[in-house]
Amino acid sequence: MVLVASVTVLARRTDAPWALSFRLYLYLGLLVITLRVLFRVLFGGGFGTTVILDLPAIPLPDWAAGITLLGPVTSEALLAGLYDGMRLATIIICVGAANSLANPRRLLASLPPALYEVGTAVVIALSLFPQLAESVQRVRRARRLRGDPGRGVGALRRIVVPVLEDALERSLSLAASMDSRGYGRAGELSTAQRRTTGVLLVGGLLGLVVGIYAFLDYSAPRFMVWPMLLVGLGLSAGGFLAAGRRVRRTRYRPDRWRLAELVTAGTGIASAVMMSVAAQARPDVTVPFTGAAPPLSVLALAAVLVGLLPAFVTPEPVMHQRPERGAPRETVADHPQAVAR
Amino acid sequence: MSIEWRDVTFQYAGAARPTLVGVDLHVAEAELVLLAGRTGSGKTTLLRTINGLVPHFSGGHLTGDVVVSGRSVRDHQPRELADLVGFVGQDPLTTFVTDVVEEELAYGMEQLGLDPQTMRRRVEETLDLLGIADLRRRALRTLSGGQQQRVAIGAVLTMHPKVLVLDEPTSALDPTGAEDVLGTLARLVEDLGLTVLLAEHRMERVIPFADRLLVVEDGRVTGGPTAEMLESSPVAPPVVELGRLAGWQPLPVSVREARRRTPALLETLGTPPARPPAVPVSALLQARDVVVRYGSTVAVREVSLSVGAGRVVALMGRNGSGKSSLLWALQGSGRRDAGQVDVAGADPSTLSADRARALVGLVPQNATDLLYLETVDEECGAADAQAGALPGSCRLLLDRFAPGIDGDRHPRDLSEGQRLSLVLAIVLTARPSVIALDEPTRGLDYRAKQQLADVVAGLAADGCGVLVATHDVEFVAQVADEVVVMAGGEVVSAGPSGRVLAESPAFAPQMSKILGEGWLTVDQVRAALV
Repeated sequence: MVLVASVTVLARRTDAPWALSFRLYLYLGLLVITLRVLFRVLFGGGFGTTVILDLPAIPLPDWAAGITLLGPVTSEALLAGLYDGMRLATIIICVGAANSLANPRRLLASLPPALYEVGTAVVIALSLFPQLAESVQRVRRARRLRGDPGRGVGALRRIVVPVLEDALERSLSLAASMDSRGYGRAGELSTAQRRTTGVLLVGGLLGLVVGIYAFLDYSAPRFMVWPMLLVGLGLSAGGFLAAGRRVRRTRYRPDRWRLAELVTAGTGIASAVMMSVAAQARPDVTVPFTGAAPPLSVLALAAVLVGLLPAFVTPEPVMHQRPERGAPRETVADHPQAVAR
Repeated sequence: MSIEWRDVTFQYAGAARPTLVGVDLHVAEAELVLLAGRTGSGKTTLLRTINGLVPHFSGGHLTGDVVVSGRSVRDHQPRELADLVGFVGQDPLTTFVTDVVEEELAYGMEQLGLDPQTMRRRVEETLDLLGIADLRRRALRTLSGGQQQRVAIGAVLTMHPKVLVLDEPTSALDPTGAEDVLGTLARLVEDLGLTVLLAEHRMERVIPFADRLLVVEDGRVTGGPTAEMLESSPVAPPVVELGRLAGWQPLPVSVREARRRTPALLETLGTPPARPPAVPVSALLQARDVVVRYGSTVAVREVSLSVGAGRVVALMGRNGSGKSSLLWALQGSGRRDAGQVDVAGADPSTLSADRARALVGLVPQNATDLLYLETVDEECGAADAQAGALPGSCRLLLDRFAPGIDGDRHPRDLSEGQRLSLVLAIVLTARPSVIALDEPTRGLDYRAKQQLADVVAGLAADGCGVLVATHDVEFVAQVADEVVVMAGGEVVSAGPSGRVLAESPAFAPQMSKILGEGWLTVDQVRAALV
């Protein structure tokens, strides 16, 4: 799955700033796996029978009862750690892949009008980070031009004060620019109407969250699932409609669903469906037993490989241009399986 | 369509005195109005009242009223005036909301709720009008400064405003980029009948197009036809100063007008002053084959350069031609991938930061990056301690550059020129033998520039070597002994300033355009007349 995500990223990555972050996510994934395995070794846990390395157990004082340091390392424990780590790493890398392919501002373009203003704020906050990094770099370089203020608070202040001032100035300038270009022009709507919209939206979102949680968490009462989901959906749909009427805004060249987009979204769904079918037929494919070599199912393999399709059917991205939007859908849709495990 | 200020007085919250006092003005349709005045005189505030950014966005107290085409800013927010007034700020990159040229052009229209067909049509029209059609899919960050500024103008033009307001649109641009932007503006007034209000320090480029000049002085605004106003304006371009000096009536506003009157003046002036022959001086800084690389791009390519004691060397060239990278490499703090730098027998990049600072001082482009304390006195005290200098040496330097700055003031509250003086004083406290200045004239008006020129001349007289990277042709003409022109990281031409500046039309100061080779500054003419 990680390989599939990587190939897709490599094939359809642009040279935009956010596209360069994928490597970072890969490292993070590796780190997670290593840590998981290391913890298994360190805190033994000591289940399983196949001992591959016998380390002396270090007894801990009473207040840490139940935790043993080191001790015999079993292949079961190691494998469990490895699988755990790999699962987490896969999730992280998939998120990373989506992140490095999708332009956050393009995502904003697909938001319903009701969420537009909140969305804009979020996207601008996101785009602040690279700018902050840039100004930290500049200020650090400038530090050599004045004497060293020593360590501790003084040194930190040297960097933080100019960087924050810079960031503040930039945000003010951006806000002034957005304001003078008509951002947030009010339509003709009364306060009461606005309030109803707010209540509808918040209530709907709450319902949705509870419903989704119940759907995924099998220990939650079943009766909560469908009613909550439906009520939530209904409320938010009402809210969106009401809010959408308030916002008088149009989109310049909106994204259309063309063949490439449909195929990509389709592969994501197909891959998720195939994987859950495979998981129901042979549970050990998705949650391998630690005692034996993990079995391989043709269906599960196919489910993963389907994810590769978008890397070839979507058009080549053009450098210095917006990235194609098709690709990210594959990785986003890949998640449900990883999360559901 | 008109703009009317009715007895406007405005005071920022917490300010001691009002920024604008009793402004009564009327600007008619399809005029290009130039705002002149010293930094901090209230130009920006006046411009911002037009679309209501002052007082709605800035806070503060406004009395009187500004009425734009029948809509009063008192009860209209900037966003409600967006279809009427287009506002373009100083630094376009910080005002962009999207990241691709085409989307940036469409952003304002999306806010107005125009239908897609209209948007498509207007985007195409605007791309053609500004000559940026080939940039349509480019990411905004990858554009040059001049291109970015034209996109910013385009982004407000698509909303079809009646008024275009620009606050120092060319202050960060090289001469060619500035020419592009100002040429575009002149065409807009001509073709679309827009009313344009523009604050600009490089008046010489705009004055020929301007119908009216508003002079802002201490919050009071007076206006009138350009040539008339220039006779008494506290800031004036070199050509006007020459006109005043020669007693020409009416004052010439463009190089062309002035040239017609020159024959008589040239007779009285005689031959241009001979520059003192370059005496061989000991080189304080010697650089050979310096290379700076960032990834696969080469910013500086085998540049050799020397700065002699008491000499002022100017580095010129487009935005992104490698000037800043070279300065940082010479100082020893920036990257240097190859080549040698020798200052007093040592290479600054191999020394500790403190010793490198004592050899080469650098005032970076963002001079405020060096400031981090609450008051001027604290900054000066810290500088003394960091440089190991006697207490008070920094303050002494500061008083020499900009006398009378209150020690309790916050560095952020100082004017652009005062802040630059403070940073310069801090850097000089370490007593470097060579001082490098990166774009020091940015945001300075003519008078502040004159003061900076005096400071630079004083440093050179003390035996310092000075290296200045700048776009400002007139400033270079005033201070530099030698000029090095860079392009694409390489040295294109180098030599005595008189020769290099006269050689290329893009870098020729107004005086040599009017009076011919050899004349660089108004001061030379003044000296020759006396």
